[in-house]
Amino acid sequence: MQLRTRALVCAIRPHGEHGAIARLMTPENGLVAGYVLGGRSRRIRPVLLAGNIVEAEFRARTEEQLAGLTVELVTSRSGLYAEPLAASAIEWSCALTAAVLPESHSYPQLYAALDGVLAAIEAAPSARRWASALVRYELLLLTELGFGLDLTQCAVTGSEADLQWVSPKSGAAVSASAGEEYRDRLLALPAFLVGGGEAEDWDDIFDGFRLTGHFLARNLLDERRNDVMAARERLVERLGRAA
Amino acid sequence: MASVEIDQLTNALARLPGLGPRSARRAVLHLLKKREGTLVPLLRALETVDAKLATCSICGNVDTSDPCGVCTDVKRDARSLCVVEEVSDLWALDRSRLFPGRFHVLGGRLSALDGVRPEDLGIDTLIGRVAGGEVDEVVLAMNATLEGQTTAHYLSERLESFPVRITQLAHGLPVGGELDYLDEGTLAQALRARRPVA
Repeated sequence: MQLRTRALVCAIRPHGEHGAIARLMTPENGLVAGYVLGGRSRRIRPVLLAGNIVEAEFRARTEEQLAGLTVELVTSRSGLYAEPLAASAIEWSCALTAAVLPESHSYPQLYAALDGVLAAIEAAPSARRWASALVRYELLLLTELGFGLDLTQCAVTGSEADLQWVSPKSGAAVSASAGEEYRDRLLALPAFLVGGGEAEDWDDIFDGFRLTGHFLARNLLDERRNDVMAARERLVERLGRAA
Repeated sequence: MASVEIDQLTNALARLPGLGPRSARRAVLHLLKKREGTLVPLLRALETVDAKLATCSICGNVDTSDPCGVCTDVKRDARSLCVVEEVSDLWALDRSRLFPGRFHVLGGRLSALDGVRPEDLGIDTLIGRVAGGEVDEVVLAMNATLEGQTTAHYLSERLESFPVRITQLAHGLPVGGELDYLDEGTLAQALRARRPVA
């Protein structure tokens, strides 16, 4: 295997005394792991930080072998680590990607979405802009991994209008009138996840986080739920204080 | 051709950081050749440390006494507390003797992928020390990694209700560093932490 591509750094693990195993999100090959010789050196450490964009070159004799990886920094996002909200969002989005995606499966839409979320975190003056993008990224991740929610029509009436709830069991949308009787048991569906555009307010964003959080915990992070979801809880808590 | 016992010694040394099989063999040969000068003192030192080894119940440092030498040192300023991730960080900071206060070792950093949560770290004991009212300043000396910084943010949030000054180590240009060779993340941190020239 020989692959030269632009990639997003998602996870880094020390290997041996000086090396590191990095997992990078690539546009065409999805999540790819590689061994970086001297990955813990002073020169490479600032490059191998979560959220950074790198020019990566993977080399391996066979597809099954862990590839040797060389990296060159394109964009550093480590400057954002000083901001509590931005750091939490980068931590969560990269950890989620590294935790749930299988390696070497192509997810071009997810790459584009993660790149967009990280760029939004970097560019947005307020958290409200990127928070809705992050909810959308989680929703897309669920869809790409086969646990997509059906938010196009009401599961009870078939109506496409006035969708306000989601069944926590089936993941299907429910209209306002059909769900009124069961509202205590349903998850709120924020309008920006149906109609697109920006979230109207923080309540919409937190409804979105509650919705995706339920299905992420149930379908993707079931076994490691407490471990990985703890980072998400810290992020949502921080957003709650900032709202 | 070495005996089984010497091979076992070589293998045990080869498992240490910084040593491989070849360097372990060299070390063993040196120990055997200079038995009185190196092997016996090393053996005694290992036995003593093994017998007395303790984790400090106050700060989490590793020492041969509990409380450790840092916590019992009366010359240190008890009103300044430096929080570090690992014992190696404490030793690195104490080596330079630049920090006159006391330390607190967390025993790691928050990490989503490694499953490290606040309750897995020595955060409650830190809160207990600060709540005791004997601390004026808490220096967060976390690594400049994503995990290190998220841990620092978490700690600052947990400590903000206490009447203490919370500070953090500066990030930016390393001593002897040249701008041309620095990555943009480091440069961004350095620019953010710029200060007026007197």
